[in-house]
Amino acid sequence: MDEAGNGGGNGVTKKFMYMNRKAPYGTVYALESLEVVLIAAAFEQDISVVFADDGVYQLMKGQDTEGIGMKNFSPAYAALGDYDINKIYIERESLEERGLSLDDLQALTWEDEDDDWKEKSSLHLVGRDELAALIAEQDIVLSF
Amino acid sequence: MKLSLLVNEGPYTHQASDSAYRFARAALDKGHEIYRVFFYHDGVNNGTRLAVPPQDDRNLSQLWSELAAEHELDLVLCVAAAQRRGLLDGDEAKRHGKDADNIAPGFRISGLGQLIEAGIQSDRLVTFGD
Repeated sequence: MDEAGNGGGNGVTKKFMYMNRKAPYGTVYALESLEVVLIAAAFEQDISVVFADDGVYQLMKGQDTEGIGMKNFSPAYAALGDYDINKIYIERESLEERGLSLDDLQALTWEDEDDDWKEKSSLHLVGRDELAALIAEQDIVLSF
Repeated sequence: MKLSLLVNEGPYTHQASDSAYRFARAALDKGHEIYRVFFYHDGVNNGTRLAVPPQDDRNLSQLWSELAAEHELDLVLCVAAAQRRGLLDGDEAKRHGKDADNIAPGFRISGLGQLIEAGIQSDRLVTFGD
C-alpha cells in the first residue's frame, strides 16, 4: 500500500475539511471517515474536522456498543491530537437541537510544541454562519 | 481542468456511480483530464467483475472498465473498504488465503493515501455519494 509519507504532495499544501454529519453507528460513514482522517494526517496538509448534524453524536462520552455487537471506535478520536489535528469544529446549533452541550462530548486535546507542550483543547464550538465561512475557505471538503 | 472523482456508493442502490460515470464521460468529452477515480465506502462494489445485471440494464462495472480502457483511467478501490466487503485482487486473495479474486479489469486496489494525493494533485475533487 502506498500510504506512507507525504504521498507525492510535492510541497503543495491544501486546506482539507472532513465533515462528519451522521451518527456513529447505523451506517459505516463515521468509522470510515475517521479512517480517512487518520491516513490524511500523514500528508502535510491543512486539516480541519467538523462534527455537525447527527455527526455530533460521534464524539459522545461513554459510548457502549456491546448491545449492537459493533466495535466502539470512539476512543480512536483521541489519537487526532497526536497527529496535530487540532482544528475540530463542533456546530453549536447541531448540539443545541439535540439537547447536548460540549460537556456531553469527549475532551479532545493536543500538545502545543510552541507553548511548552501545554495541553490545549482541540474542540471549537462554531455557529452555523461561522461554519459556512470556514467551509468556503477550503480547497477540498469531504462530507461523510 | 484536472479532475478526480470520489464515488461513495455501490451500483444500483444509489445513482451515485451512474452520475459519476456520466460526469467522467462528459468531462473527458470536453477535453478535461481525469487524474483518478477513487471508490470508497460501498463504492468499492463498483469494482466487481462478477456482477450479472439483467441484459436490458446497464452494467456499471463493465462501463467503468470500458471507460478506463478507452482513456487509461486510474480506477482505485480503497483496500480497507474493499477487504471489508469482499473485493479482492489476486495478491490480496493469496495474502488472506481466499480461493478467488473478483476485481474487474481496469480497477486496482490501493490505500486511502491515493484519495488524499488525488485531492492534492487535482484542480477539483468531485464527490458522488448519497
